[in-house]
Amino acid sequence: MMKILLQAGVPVPKDIPLPLPLPEWVLVVLLIVSFLMHLVFVNLMLGGSVLTLWAQLKGRKEKEYDVLAHEIAKTITVNKSLAVVLGVAPLLSINALYTIYFYSANALTGMMWIAIIPLVTFAFLLTYLHKFMWEKLEHNKALHISILALAVATFLFIPLIFLTNINLMLFPEKWGTIRGFMSALTLPNVFPRYLHFLCASMAVTGLFLFWYFGRRKYPFEERFSRLTRYDVRKSVYTLTLGASVFQFMIGPLVLITLPSKGIGWNLLIMILAGAAIALPAMYRIWKAITGPPEEMDRHFGKVVLAMTLTVLFMGSGRQVYRANALGPHQKLVAVKTAAFEKLSVAARNNLASEEEPPAADSSQGPYTKGARIFQTNCSTCHKPNEKLVGPPVTEMASIYRGQAPGLKSWIKAPGKKREGYPQMPGFPQLTDDQLNELAAYILSIK
Amino acid sequence: MDFPLFHLDWLNNRLLIAMIAIIHVFINHGLAVGFMPYITWLEQKGVKMSAPDQITDPVWDDLIYRKMTVAFIITTTIGAMTGVGIWFSAALISPASIGSLIRVFYFAWFAEWTVFVTEVVLILIYFLTWKSANRTLRSKLRHIRFGWFLSLFSWITMAIIVSILGFMMDPGNWKTHHSLLNGFTNPIYLPQLFFRTPAAMVTGGIFGMLLTTIFTRRGMPAREVALRSAAKWILYWAPVCLLAACIYYKAMPEAMRENMSTAVGTMEFAQYYDLLRYIIGGALSMLVLISAWAWWKPRSVRFAFVLVPCIAAFGFLGIFERVREFIRKPYVIGGYMYSNLLREEDYPLYKQDGILKHATYTSISEVTADNKLEAGRNVFLLSCSRCHTTNGVNSIVEVFERMYGKDKPLDEASMTGYIPNMHMGRTYMPPFPGNRKELEALAAYIRHLQVSRQPLEGAQTEGIIVNKLNNVQAVENMILEEEKQQTK
Repeated sequence: MMKILLQAGVPVPKDIPLPLPLPEWVLVVLLIVSFLMHLVFVNLMLGGSVLTLWAQLKGRKEKEYDVLAHEIAKTITVNKSLAVVLGVAPLLSINALYTIYFYSANALTGMMWIAIIPLVTFAFLLTYLHKFMWEKLEHNKALHISILALAVATFLFIPLIFLTNINLMLFPEKWGTIRGFMSALTLPNVFPRYLHFLCASMAVTGLFLFWYFGRRKYPFEERFSRLTRYDVRKSVYTLTLGASVFQFMIGPLVLITLPSKGIGWNLLIMILAGAAIALPAMYRIWKAITGPPEEMDRHFGKVVLAMTLTVLFMGSGRQVYRANALGPHQKLVAVKTAAFEKLSVAARNNLASEEEPPAADSSQGPYTKGARIFQTNCSTCHKPNEKLVGPPVTEMASIYRGQAPGLKSWIKAPGKKREGYPQMPGFPQLTDDQLNELAAYILSIK
Repeated sequence: MDFPLFHLDWLNNRLLIAMIAIIHVFINHGLAVGFMPYITWLEQKGVKMSAPDQITDPVWDDLIYRKMTVAFIITTTIGAMTGVGIWFSAALISPASIGSLIRVFYFAWFAEWTVFVTEVVLILIYFLTWKSANRTLRSKLRHIRFGWFLSLFSWITMAIIVSILGFMMDPGNWKTHHSLLNGFTNPIYLPQLFFRTPAAMVTGGIFGMLLTTIFTRRGMPAREVALRSAAKWILYWAPVCLLAACIYYKAMPEAMRENMSTAVGTMEFAQYYDLLRYIIGGALSMLVLISAWAWWKPRSVRFAFVLVPCIAAFGFLGIFERVREFIRKPYVIGGYMYSNLLREEDYPLYKQDGILKHATYTSISEVTADNKLEAGRNVFLLSCSRCHTTNGVNSIVEVFERMYGKDKPLDEASMTGYIPNMHMGRTYMPPFPGNRKELEALAAYIRHLQVSRQPLEGAQTEGIIVNKLNNVQAVENMILEEEKQQTK
């Protein structure tokens, strides 16, 4: 009984009745790859701004950390621009693949969803303000750091909106219970996934900064006197390791809180494979940070490769869950869509066969045709003897008596509006024959 | 029909899209397409003006860099985000149409995206390497070349999107050819692109002139040269803009008579169209006037004098978009889908069964005497709410009060008579989709609104109620029924 009641609230909408622009698997590949590219830059933007904030706070006591903060801040504004522009392709692909699911989730959390636009704009403007005001606010660090803190808080909040949507779209059975963003936010799995994402951001940012500060062209020694290149790189590499270890704790939590409907062996294999590949990479990082400084870079390429594979597996696992979870519902949607198309075609054909000219109403004598044209085009605003929206027909007849051409041209393109009446629209779509019939009918009314 | 309906009952849904889109056009035309070549030209001028032993004139170069900083900050924040915002708002308000368009235009948008990525990478390189490029003449010249590439890519992004817009407005080709090529062969494509280009250039120029008045003090030599340069830029593009405007103005009705939907020829359109002529004329003459003045007496030009023509230039971009948008009505996708998001070809079915029966989200699936008002509310949400509010902007009550008299009670019988035929006179309105009972329920609801002034909440606050005819149970029964039929 419970189950039946529950099902009564599960909608089966019709899909967009147009074919997909590409084979489904091509769209899926494009979605996964372009989404991961987008995500990496989002990670760098978020992780970079968190680290900048941390370094700047530390910089209040140790001056060099303020310089470090400035150096990391320079990367944020580039990464954030790439994050936005790379977000367009996955948005396009998910719109094409999961039209009804994605848009339904968007509408149900509508206010917060559209708030993403002003929120991101606001956070971006703050990061510029923070970056370009570095010297000007040199002596007002509290204000300067507050600007960044506000940007970081906004950056931390925005992914929650995306996650809430991407989570909500998987569960049409919940749509009927949702009243705005807050109720969608509290669905199970949103917060574990959010933590998972935060950890990934720190791991990816650590890896990026390890490379960034390690470039031979980067004049580290010119900019820092107390901090060494090795120390900074070791710290960010350690961050990557720490965040990765933490992922091994959050990962299972994400899996446990996933509603069972999308879990399958295919999902588990994907995720376990991804986790397995991360292990040797973590071992290499451990070796690098505990080993001799000159050997720290030795296996960096392999670490990046393994981590990239892990991310690819995890990203694909995400898609596998989505496909598993939505598959049965998509089948019902397909049935519904096909059934509706059939009904629509039948109704159209039905209409076509019914559309024989109705039996002529001869009560109007020679004006039958004109009366019918009047009925469909004019009668909503004009009555025979009294003012409705426009003046009564008797008034027209008295003005245009004997001047059918004048009446015709008025109907086609009416002149200026009269006091107390709204402006009449023109009827350029009526043919000359129709206008003749109509004018004759109007002028026949006394 | 198939999506929960987001609804803004005061602001009006279309106004949300319009606001975001118009800000985006302002920034795209005035600060990117028209501004990047202007900046690059000025940067080049700095190299030419510099003393033989210098790479560029440092004071001049710094002024141009500061102008570029403004454009960089605005385009990569508000500009980029309003671009994404058009997608977001369209998906919320018009999901069926944007979903359909993506199925057909995926490639076009994907191509547009690759150009767009290139543009962003170029603007990052151009702005962020500006200072370091000043070390040698070779790197400065290479930097200037990046500026020209950036200008080119900004223009290409616009050229592609104008084609997509052109396609959307042209009803004939949607059903016959599902390809983007029709966008490019659309008769107003070239006139529109030809017009947008110089319009962007003059807007970029006047915005640049405005920035000069902010960033320089009066009496500075660089200020005078910069003001005269902007004047020269505008005076060069203004005649092209005028010519292109004339061509566009002439091409539009001609092209529309054959291709565009029925809205053309209505008084509303004629009014906008007339207004466009005055505004283009007015804005352009103001631009020419201030430029001539700045050329003649650069010393006396002040911020406030430039601000007015600058606002006028942006205003005229706005009205231009409004006119362009109006042409589409009553369709959102010409000849295929009405602006209420219902497909034209499904109308016979809706007329026959009513729309409520086929709606996924409605609390009422059939109108009865008891549920009339509630049914009317659902009918309104499904067939009117994309463009009308209950008591806000373009309110349904106000529209009828304007017709029947402000202080009189709305007559349900008159409205029931008017609504089924309104599209004959008001050709920008889609025909009413529902059956007779739904029509009466709608009229009763509108009358109720006039009295109660009750607001209508959208799915984002109220949530949804699933139509019992369109839930999993119903489809399950349908499948089982069909199986039974087959075994018989």
